[in-house]
Amino acid sequence: MEARKMAILREEDVILARQLVRKMAADMTFNLVDQTRLATAVSELTRNAVEYARSGDIRMEPVKNRLRREGLKIVVSDNGPGIADIEQAMTMGFTTSNGLGAGLPGTRQLVDEFDIRSTSGSGTTVTIVMWKR
Amino acid sequence: MIVPILKIGKNLIISIQIPLTDQQARQFQREVLEEVARTEAFGIIIDITAMDVVDSYMARILSETAIDVQLMGARAVIVGIRPEVAVTLVQMGRGLGDVATALNLEQGLAKLEKMDARKGAGHGS
Repeated sequence: MEARKMAILREEDVILARQLVRKMAADMTFNLVDQTRLATAVSELTRNAVEYARSGDIRMEPVKNRLRREGLKIVVSDNGPGIADIEQAMTMGFTTSNGLGAGLPGTRQLVDEFDIRSTSGSGTTVTIVMWKR
Repeated sequence: MIVPILKIGKNLIISIQIPLTDQQARQFQREVLEEVARTEAFGIIIDITAMDVVDSYMARILSETAIDVQLMGARAVIVGIRPEVAVTLVQMGRGLGDVATALNLEQGLAKLEKMDARKGAGHGS
């Protein structure tokens, strides 16, 4: 299966992105709960891109680990202001916007791997992976 | 209206059939409250059977709407939370707060009848 990429520019793209990731996860025969976890995680991450950065993109790519286990890797990047204090942003209940407190820490709970890189002034990139059970 | 609101007897039935953007979700919240005031409803049921994703923002809008309605003096029950949606919300460390829920419309209507206004799932019946 090919990697897919789409731009995240408007609130509507949050819905399109999560529908796309669900379709991809379903095609890869992820179970229904994992499809829902992935779609929800993508909803949170792409919302952040629209909310804080006004624009960004999402890339979804099927991957395999050393044990040939299949997974779906998703990278959401934006060119926004970046996050000054990642530790604070990853704390339950912390938010600088309109009550999106569960966004990042909640997302981390949903996936197998979670990596966030951000430089103040040059954007944020979040990478998540879910492996097939 | 962004989501059709049906008045059946003294209650409002609100069934969210399409995914809502954040802006549409805020409009939904506003319209529900206006309709509760306008119709002097006894209670409302929000049916989310068709929602395959409820993220933290939508969860907040849903629980806020139910709490707002209760504060106004009506009753609110959210019905039709899919199993995979429930699992995901709990795993994110987030439920729907102290809001009454029921499996389906029928059980939701039964629950409305038994509820006291201004009391959520934790206190009622």
